[in-house]
Amino acid sequence: MVGSYKKSVKIVLSILLVLGGLFAGFPIIWMLCSSFKSNSTIFSWPPQFVDETFGLHSYLAVLTDPSKVRFFINSYIVAACVVLATLFIGILAGYAFSRFDFPGKSLLNSLIVSVQAIPPIVLLIPYMSMIVAMKLFDTYLALVLTYLVTTLPYCILMMTGYFNTLSKELDEAVMIDGGSRWKALWSVIVPISIPGMVSVGMYTFMQAWNEYLFALCLTQRNEMKTVPIGINLLMGMHGNDWSQMMAMSVLGSIPVLILFIFFQKYFIAGMSAGGVKG
Amino acid sequence: MNLKRIVKKSTPYRYLFPTVLLMVVFLVIPICMVVSYSFVDKAVVSKTPEFVGFANYIELLKDSKFWNAASNTIVFVLVSVVAHIVLGMVFAQLLNSKYFKTGTKTIARVVYILPWVFTASVVAILWKLMLQPSGIINYLLSFMPQINNKFEWLSNRDLSLAVVCFINIWCGYPFYMVSILAGLQGVPGDLYESAAIDGATTVKSFWHITIPQLMPILISIAMLDFIWTLQSFNVIWMLTGGGPINSSEMLSVYIYKLTFQKLDYSMASTTATVLLIVCVIFAIFYVRQQKKVRE
Repeated sequence: MVGSYKKSVKIVLSILLVLGGLFAGFPIIWMLCSSFKSNSTIFSWPPQFVDETFGLHSYLAVLTDPSKVRFFINSYIVAACVVLATLFIGILAGYAFSRFDFPGKSLLNSLIVSVQAIPPIVLLIPYMSMIVAMKLFDTYLALVLTYLVTTLPYCILMMTGYFNTLSKELDEAVMIDGGSRWKALWSVIVPISIPGMVSVGMYTFMQAWNEYLFALCLTQRNEMKTVPIGINLLMGMHGNDWSQMMAMSVLGSIPVLILFIFFQKYFIAGMSAGGVKG
Repeated sequence: MNLKRIVKKSTPYRYLFPTVLLMVVFLVIPICMVVSYSFVDKAVVSKTPEFVGFANYIELLKDSKFWNAASNTIVFVLVSVVAHIVLGMVFAQLLNSKYFKTGTKTIARVVYILPWVFTASVVAILWKLMLQPSGIINYLLSFMPQINNKFEWLSNRDLSLAVVCFINIWCGYPFYMVSILAGLQGVPGDLYESAAIDGATTVKSFWHITIPQLMPILISIAMLDFIWTLQSFNVIWMLTGGGPINSSEMLSVYIYKLTFQKLDYSMASTTATVLLIVCVIFAIFYVRQQKKVRE
């Protein structure tokens, strides 16, 4: 009696598990399948997962078009600069928060935490005139600087936490030997913090790669646009070439997916640590 | 001697200098600018804008489009947050169930988190493909009894808000699921054991043990989600652009249109300030809640 009850519970739960998987995964599978079809059969009725037009033609079309490859190059350049700058500035700030007590510490800390609550659209209005006044409109630097505001808080909080776990005697040993604090940070503390830096770097890369609003408004020429804008631009450019849009979406998701699969643990830690979603 | 002390005292500030500079230039000053724009007429556009006090705010409160956007935002936020909690809870319970093998659960967890990984433009374009009149969603629905017509999901006034909510639910629940899963690991197992000895059913111990134990986490993530959903722009903008006929317009889209289509920076800043105040109020509650959890 008890056995059959357990069995039926297991069947119900298994059905739920599969339904949940379909809910989450089906749209993604459909995107993948559509990217291998030709544009003429993408809305065939009844729909098929794989049809006779199956092939890499849309991927080849995207990858051989210099204007589309340019979106990827832009995204990589911006994301790489944001990651490096975030880590550099974040390490300095995290070190200060971890090793010193100073007037204004809690004020600065709450300022950093509060960034999460500021809607990007609110900042965008003044950015439009500021970025133009600084002669940065339509440049990589405009994107890098504005992204830093949203990526830094997470980096600072995580690096402060990481440095707090390292003993202060490590820096003191260097300083007793006559080295400066600066030297202690870069020659001792930073090399042993690489695991923390990698996880912060991955998270920052994902935020920068996925950003949409600032990239949309602070760049103008097509050769300055990033992947998320590029995907959306395809919408009008070729009279809705759906299979190319899907191929570009898959290609644009691959870097983030790879990072996600390899660094799942860190993403989940990052999400639950009070999450700073991009 | 004195100089040395000053240098020593200034050390933390030198490390913090780049951060402070960035935060002041790209956060504090812009926020002051937005708030000041909201009190003048023809901000940015005119060289000598005129101070008008609260006139912009009064005008905003009289604008029916603002109220339309505000009520859409409230519906969108409430539906999304509630659905996120329910779905996140169900999926977390499934992934935590003792009926499945660890391997099954690991694979299921990766699949369940996937919607969260994709960027807004991919989410938007992917659903646009599926929701086309001759797309896969209408095909699947055609198997249901009594449904014969092909829905124009995104260009139907009565459906657009529901569709936007649904898609936001799809890409937002994994955050809850993961946080709840982490929380479930913190619930002491002997609570369930003693409840089982007392004869409590699974349903009873869910309501009397799991929910109260998870409450602090649930409140925290719901507040965070509330703030995020309130300001969400990307997916809505790319899916419907707020249309058709403003039926899915949110405050963020309303601000964007004022800024870039009407170039009315004063009214855009006024609306932005209102949105900012609401977000900050929730953020204060969130920070207080976090402090309580830590104590």
